[in-house]
Amino acid sequence: MIFQALATGAGILVLVLLGAIIVSLLIGGLPAFRQFGVGFLTSADWDPVKQVFGSVVPIYGTIVTSILALVMAVPIAFGIAFWLTELAPNWLQRPVGIAVELLAAVPSIIYGMWGFFVIVPVMADYVQPFVIDLLGDAPWIGFLFQGPPFGTGIFTAALILGVMIIPFIAATMRDVFQTVPPVFKESAYGLGCTTWEVMRAIVIPYTRISVMGGIMLGLGRALGETMAVTFVIGNTNRISGSIFGPGNTIASLIALEFPESEVGSLKLASLMALGFLLFVISFIVLAISRMLLRTGART
Amino acid sequence: MRVPSYFTASMVALSLVATPVLAQQITGAGATFPAPVYAKWGEAAKAATGLELNYQAIGSGAGQTQIFNRTVDFGASDAPVDSAKLKSANLLQFPAVMGALSAIVNIPGVEIDQLKLTGEIITEMYLGKITKWNDPKIVELNKGVTLPNLAIAPVYRADGSGTTYVWTSYLSTVSPEWKSQVGSGTSVKWVAGNGAKGNDGVAATVRQVKGAIGYVENAYAIQNKLTTTQLRNKAGNFVKPSLASFAAAAENADWKNAPDYAVNLIDTQGATSWPIVSATFILLPKDPKDTTRSANVMKFFDWAYKNGADIAKNLDYIALPIAVQDAVRASWKAEIKG
Repeated sequence: MIFQALATGAGILVLVLLGAIIVSLLIGGLPAFRQFGVGFLTSADWDPVKQVFGSVVPIYGTIVTSILALVMAVPIAFGIAFWLTELAPNWLQRPVGIAVELLAAVPSIIYGMWGFFVIVPVMADYVQPFVIDLLGDAPWIGFLFQGPPFGTGIFTAALILGVMIIPFIAATMRDVFQTVPPVFKESAYGLGCTTWEVMRAIVIPYTRISVMGGIMLGLGRALGETMAVTFVIGNTNRISGSIFGPGNTIASLIALEFPESEVGSLKLASLMALGFLLFVISFIVLAISRMLLRTGART
Repeated sequence: MRVPSYFTASMVALSLVATPVLAQQITGAGATFPAPVYAKWGEAAKAATGLELNYQAIGSGAGQTQIFNRTVDFGASDAPVDSAKLKSANLLQFPAVMGALSAIVNIPGVEIDQLKLTGEIITEMYLGKITKWNDPKIVELNKGVTLPNLAIAPVYRADGSGTTYVWTSYLSTVSPEWKSQVGSGTSVKWVAGNGAKGNDGVAATVRQVKGAIGYVENAYAIQNKLTTTQLRNKAGNFVKPSLASFAAAAENADWKNAPDYAVNLIDTQGATSWPIVSATFILLPKDPKDTTRSANVMKFFDWAYKNGADIAKNLDYIALPIAVQDAVRASWKAEIKG
């Protein structure tokens, strides 16, 4: 009886906490929404001196870095999961599987420092100058690769995020690949299929939806990442066309500006409103992933 | 929260056993820029006076909020609070110590304090108008220094910061264009360049990126042997960042006519003045809830004025001129209830 009450209470507490966070973010951000209206969602201006705030730049940075990170992470994560479930010798499966899980447990600040002190110099000295020289003047796509080689920027941030979410996606993919009944695979092999053909024709169609769910989980993580991104993104409230250009994400902007925002100021309200928007974006992504995972489990 | 009295009593008894003299605590919160010197002053003052300073470097904005709400004994802010706000919150503002900013650069072949720059040129760099280190304007000032054909990469503090307030105040003072287009504040809308977090982030970015220019507190530049530059002051002379040039700036400031001691130390007169100096401020309630604690805060800063100059100097901060210290003491007497 008491146990049941406690357990129920704990369960409801989660709901209450979630609701309380959403409501307090909304109330905190209300002055900004009221002041700027729809303009808050469509303005790319972030000017603390003139007290004008818009959310386009951080939202753009958040979404672009996360999608670029997915583009980089998904193929590698797929390779890891494929190798672990189909190709790896038995004695290697466990150590590599554990290594993947350990990667997922590394604190994000470590990725940030590694990114800043190891990846950024490499990007600044070798990768960016090379790509800028090679493609910077190319027709049509040239604008994507221009600007001074700072080493930091949208691309570097996406790279770090990609590395961070690989273990999440790989672990989910491995788990769902293992749910494919061996009978299916064996019959395909019996028909003379190669490993790749089995993967393409049997495993992927069977697990397609759950795999999407795993990718969405990785996306959710990338959207909310703060410290690692702050180190390497260049922290600039402008949109630059170049993927080497600096930018900002919602989480990183909040972390940077919060300590110098006075209580009751419009800036603090705008940061709260940004937090609310991030919540909404993450919620949508998570809801989609849940939905896909559930339908995936049913089929 | 209510604590049982026997518990409090036993805790008091315990602490009496542990430390024969109960240290008198004072609490403060705010600016990060003077935090190192407050920490050292705190240690030294504890030994000398028994006052124990508990200072939290949470940022100037947060420090102001805390003292407006009276959750600490004093607040600390790099940017002076304007007179109307001080009046409505019933606070006395006084300076504690001064510091200076230096410009730092990373140009291959250019050594510490070798490069000469002016505020106007730096402004144009941060506005994205001068983009190469071999720009004729820079070359003209630096005959004898080989400047490469290298892109200029301005670096700024991405986090809200008193350092940025001082830096942008300087740029606003020397350039009307900067003043109208960007302005000054703890964070502003930057036109060009990249942001980095904290003094460390700016220093590390400038070190890593060839062609970078940034700004840090001078104490930080010296301790990390960063490549500082000379700057042209109001008198038209090029000066190197040094304690002597900082002190010259402090002496040439108009302390007497500054309301609430909010003196402008940016680009002061004087042949040897360093142009980017600023004071950092303490905010003390005029009607303290606890007069003993308030008296202890004044006792602490009185001690620091008298005995803290060397500590400040070792950390590359500048103590206040004696005349200003005396004026602050007079204000304490006149304005703080106790």
